[in-house]
Amino acid sequence: MSAANLIERYQTLADSLPGQNLPWLNTLRQLALGSFEATGFPSPREEEWKYTNVTALEKKRFEPSSSASAVPVDKEWLASHLLADTWSLVLVDGRVDLALSDLAGLPATVIATSLSAALENHPDRVKSLLGTALAREAHGFLAFNTAYFSDGAFIAIPVGFNLAKPVQILHVSTRNEGLANTRSLVSLGANASAKLIETFVGLPDISYLTAAVTEIRLGENAGLDHYKLQVETDKAYHFGGVYVKQEKSSRFKQHNLSFGGLLARNEIHAELATAAECEMNGLFLAKGRQHVDNHTLIQHTEPHGSSRETYRGVLADRARGVFQGRIVVHPQAQKTNAEMNNRNLLLSEDAEIDAKPQLEILADDVKCSHGVAIGQLDPESVFYLVSRGIDQETAKNMLTFAFANEMVDKIGLDSLRGRVQQHLLDLFPQTGIRRDWL
Amino acid sequence: MLKIENLHVRVEDKPILKGITLHIKPGEVHAIMGPNGSGKSTLSHVLAGRDGYEVTAGTVIYKGKNLLDMPPEERARAGVFLAFQYPVEIPGVSNVYLLKAALNAVRKHRGLPELDAFDFLQMIKAKTKLVEMDEKFLYRAVNEGFSGGEKKRNEILQMAVLEPSLCILDETDSGLDIDALKIVSDGVNSLRSADRSFILVTHYQRLLDYIKPDHVHVLAQGRIVKTGDASLALELEERGYGWIDQTVGVAA
Repeated sequence: MSAANLIERYQTLADSLPGQNLPWLNTLRQLALGSFEATGFPSPREEEWKYTNVTALEKKRFEPSSSASAVPVDKEWLASHLLADTWSLVLVDGRVDLALSDLAGLPATVIATSLSAALENHPDRVKSLLGTALAREAHGFLAFNTAYFSDGAFIAIPVGFNLAKPVQILHVSTRNEGLANTRSLVSLGANASAKLIETFVGLPDISYLTAAVTEIRLGENAGLDHYKLQVETDKAYHFGGVYVKQEKSSRFKQHNLSFGGLLARNEIHAELATAAECEMNGLFLAKGRQHVDNHTLIQHTEPHGSSRETYRGVLADRARGVFQGRIVVHPQAQKTNAEMNNRNLLLSEDAEIDAKPQLEILADDVKCSHGVAIGQLDPESVFYLVSRGIDQETAKNMLTFAFANEMVDKIGLDSLRGRVQQHLLDLFPQTGIRRDWL
Repeated sequence: MLKIENLHVRVEDKPILKGITLHIKPGEVHAIMGPNGSGKSTLSHVLAGRDGYEVTAGTVIYKGKNLLDMPPEERARAGVFLAFQYPVEIPGVSNVYLLKAALNAVRKHRGLPELDAFDFLQMIKAKTKLVEMDEKFLYRAVNEGFSGGEKKRNEILQMAVLEPSLCILDETDSGLDIDALKIVSDGVNSLRSADRSFILVTHYQRLLDYIKPDHVHVLAQGRIVKTGDASLALELEERGYGWIDQTVGVAA
């Protein structure tokens, strides 16, 4: 299937896309379309996609939703994915549903709405943000996203404002063979701070494609905690990119929790100005025939920045995991401090991990380190637990859980940490072990 | 309690135990001494059911059942406890979590209900006093960053919580200073009872100053070469293992 055929398929979308009255956006979409036409979805021949083959996507027909086609979402099911004590923006099949969202009591100076509403009400603000935090090295998914995004979240927090309550963006897919192609924009003014959770879920058993791009701009000395919880169905395809541009002395703390999807690609890229701080924590778990790819990029472009990256992976059955962690220290970024660590646990002979740390250091006065480890459960530890009366399977699950739980413990939001622990326990059922003991 | 008859064990292709016979009655404390490489640790590992040991001859009957047929978790539930020479560090699993999981597995086997959270905590706190352990250790990861003495005390704590019938202490005294040795020994002594037996595997006599054995066996080159009462340990202390090696040499 050629890209031209793909475009023909998705061109039916064009009439329903938001912001058609904005010439600058039409130009942007046209440019992206041209680029997508030339490349299609990324190919394993591209270095950054070496370990993840998405050609299967080109053979499938994912139907974008029109506003009329949305399947009504069961409120109880939806509530099970919403976190307590947060403001929420719920996207169903790629479009914000304000009736399902909860923004009551949001301070008047803060904007949290759909991107389509923002294109109508604040087009100049959207224009000043859209595309400005994207990765320098674009690829087919980004072009596809720009050309066809149907909606997304738009969140703007003014200078000096501390948003005490977290905001949750809940991405829900309801239709088999559906497409949710969204672009979200988040901006924090100087000295502002906020917590943002993006959750990705689908109705049980359906197969669909999520292509979600989030661009984040952090003003001087702003601070954002960003959590991504990807628990798509085990038949889903997920491309999720988070791209961050950090101004001077800003702080970005990210947790990438990737448990679902048949094929998932998580990109987390950050560009740091002077004295900016970036923390990236990742936990990916895959079993069956799941494939999960984590692609991180930290660009230190100015001096005195610091970054700390810690990723752990657990691969069972025939699952395949990828960790590509790249840190670039640009020539002028002296006094950079960067650490990267990736540990992976293989639970079966057939599981596979491709771990590729890349440090490109172009400055001479920096402190950078990286470490990668791949291993299996330690038989000594299993025997120790078993010799205390715990059965083999539980012992192995306990050790696996413990390995993963060290990343979960880093989650600063109690409600989310509880959810994630529950996901872990569900994945590693441990006879007689309960959350209240933790 | 335990009847070991003519036990032969190989590790890879190397025979380590070459015909051990040992009978242990309820309430008895047996010390097994011997030089390095005599097979002491192999014996404790085989009894606990560790992988990598091949029993080529002999039987081990525990409470009337063939111990060697039981997987290690069943041995533990049936009351066999091995205090490790080198307790394993398990990051991410808290001490209290391990104790609860283990205790519930053992109680289930004995047909007892799970303890509720309150009773469990009361019980655990009482046991930590027995080994003079600070309660904060309960909430730390199993053995992670513990000193040698803390690890050994933690082993005795697990033993006290699980209330086994047969306790095997593999070189529990190694690496302990005199204070820690005394705490560990006091813990063990408080657990002595008419229906609980102990096997103390040790290189040195000094542990036996604190825990009085009923019987002392000397293991050399995979065989028990001498058996006696507590005075045998003192004799060994005085004359060293060279004397035993000579005896074995002559016998061979």
